[in-house]
Amino acid sequence: MQATTVIAAPPSEDKRWRIVQTAMRRHGFSPNALIETLHSVQSAFGYLDEASLRYVAQSLHVPLSRAYGVATFYNLFTLKQQGAHTCVVCLGTACYIKGGQQILAALEQTTGIHRGETTPDKQVSLMVARCLGTCGLAPAVVFDEEVAGQNTPENAVHRINEWLNHEPG
Amino acid sequence: MNPDELREIATKRREQQAQFEDHIIVCTGTACHAAQSEQVLENLQSEAKQRGLTKRCSITGGGCRGLCAAGPMVTVEPEHILYQGVKPNDATAILDSLDNQPVERLRCDTEAPFFARQKKIVLEHNGMLDPEEIEDYIAVGGYTTFLNVLTQMQPSEVIEVVRRSGLGGRGGAGYSTGLKWSTVAKAAGRHKFIVCNGDEGDPGAFMDRSVMEDYPYRVIEGMLIAAYAVGADEGFIYVRAEYPLAVKRLRHAIREAEKYGLLGLNIAGTPFSMKLDVRLGAGAFVCGEETALMASIEGRRGTPRPRPPYPAESGLWGFPTLINNVETFANVVAILREGSDWFANIGTERSKGTKVFALSGQINHTGLIEVPMGITLREIVFEIGGGIPGGRKFKAVQTGGPSGGCIPEQYLDIPVDYASLAQVGSIMGSGGMIVMDETSCMVDVAKYFMEFCMSESCGKCIPCRVGTAQMYRLLDKITHGEGTLDDLQLLEDLCDMVRHTSLCGLGQAAPNPVLSTLRYFRDEYLAHIVEKRCPAGVCSLHGEAVSL
Repeated sequence: MQATTVIAAPPSEDKRWRIVQTAMRRHGFSPNALIETLHSVQSAFGYLDEASLRYVAQSLHVPLSRAYGVATFYNLFTLKQQGAHTCVVCLGTACYIKGGQQILAALEQTTGIHRGETTPDKQVSLMVARCLGTCGLAPAVVFDEEVAGQNTPENAVHRINEWLNHEPG
Repeated sequence: MNPDELREIATKRREQQAQFEDHIIVCTGTACHAAQSEQVLENLQSEAKQRGLTKRCSITGGGCRGLCAAGPMVTVEPEHILYQGVKPNDATAILDSLDNQPVERLRCDTEAPFFARQKKIVLEHNGMLDPEEIEDYIAVGGYTTFLNVLTQMQPSEVIEVVRRSGLGGRGGAGYSTGLKWSTVAKAAGRHKFIVCNGDEGDPGAFMDRSVMEDYPYRVIEGMLIAAYAVGADEGFIYVRAEYPLAVKRLRHAIREAEKYGLLGLNIAGTPFSMKLDVRLGAGAFVCGEETALMASIEGRRGTPRPRPPYPAESGLWGFPTLINNVETFANVVAILREGSDWFANIGTERSKGTKVFALSGQINHTGLIEVPMGITLREIVFEIGGGIPGGRKFKAVQTGGPSGGCIPEQYLDIPVDYASLAQVGSIMGSGGMIVMDETSCMVDVAKYFMEFCMSESCGKCIPCRVGTAQMYRLLDKITHGEGTLDDLQLLEDLCDMVRHTSLCGLGQAAPNPVLSTLRYFRDEYLAHIVEKRCPAGVCSLHGEAVSL
């Protein structure tokens, strides 16, 4: 039997696929690199759409059902496009007992969306984290990858309002 | 790399370091980073350059000093001066102080109980090493233990030292590390794996994050010793993706170790070879369970499977696999260096050594501590932790995360060891310790953990998938003032069922927070159910009080 060396073509000409290909090549296109590869897709494109799942499944020789299963099993993977800004409220135990829940409630009210959703104008995605491991900073909120400590509902709402009021012109 | 070459690097590095009169070390861990420590470091470096101090003073990034809430922390050696809450514009004052008195307004008292009451083994380097410089680690004796083990000891001797030390698994269960190693060593297989479990998923736990961020080389050294002892030749460090800095530093440390010939083929000219890689989690608490973790490393959904077979017999891809926690591997290095008796003399009769805890919640000194086993919870909370802020009253300390329980004031004097904590309905767990005061409602806390277990249940077995959801609904009803005494009975029955019939530790331990709060704070449950009142004022209830 001949070894199949056919490498699937990426869904588009987008240069970011090279990052994904590098990740897969690093693991020799092995099926067990599925999670690592999906991480690379998400960090390059922000989310996993159907075309990317098909491409990854094909490249790593795993059934599409398995790629979809893994993408939906793990909390960090998202199949939906994220907003221009993301706000992650930590709801780990230390943050919870220091008022993380109230911060989330205030942000949900301000944005009019629930946790896990994105505002209709695609400006802000509101997420929650299980624990960021920065319990010394409780309650912690991540504004666009930047961890901020000792938050209050007021300062968090203030930050989000800055994003909401600065729509791209 | 052989022992002589290693010694040469260490000597050279120490000589380089000795050329500097002062060493300024800025913590660059996650918490200090969030408080702008990178900017502090940058300002110190650029100002030192302007002032022409670069020849007399080394300024580097370092690891965690423990007092995370007071960051950024800056250390000045050799004077052992510790500064807290340093702002980027404090750089001038700190550099001015090198020839003068220390900057008093930033001073942090290192004689305070927070520091003095600790005993450091895992954190022995005290954040003094640059986590991205392998030679810093080599200069303090790093990899010497591993090379001595590799060139002078038989694998069985290594296992015997670990077994006699009494080290128990630091992931929380406390199973004898030596016994686990010897099972893997005896298992037949042409290929064996070793896995470091860095999937620290318990909310409120950040010990392993800190160890991986600050001492990646130490974790690797522990893994190398273990791999040699059990006969493994390939390993993975499984880290949760929520810890990007730990991932970055471990990857860097692996590359450096490869470059220095401490990982790879025929290490130190011996037949021992070792390949190491980092694998990322993707946000699934259940992956801390060893069989789920292995499924995840294999690139599949992280669902657990029944044991036996245990990973020691049939693990990754069916090969014998040793899985230990980050802190366990970090302990191993010190045990092999100092001997099993030294380690066995620390701690209590049945729990040896120290334990690293992440102390947080309603407590004055939030941060990372390492204490000898056998210390009391009261000492931890009120001496090291400095007690409860705002003059409020202590209510409970939660250990073991969603698998643990809440320990009330009456048991604050029990010693911290595996058996004592289990006796009062909690567990040692991986080391999260969250202090709660009178502003926390214990029913709400139980609901919080149940919501966690419900969302994180992988769905494979019914008792856990359905049971946690039903328990959550009952707790939700109670916190809204709609619960009845029958609901309470049903809740207790469900706890019993889920505990005894779930497939893995997640489900088996999910009832613990409920059971322990019911045991010690039943009056709070009754206040919600009967009086329709939340004593802590957390829950908003909308039911009418029941007259009995």
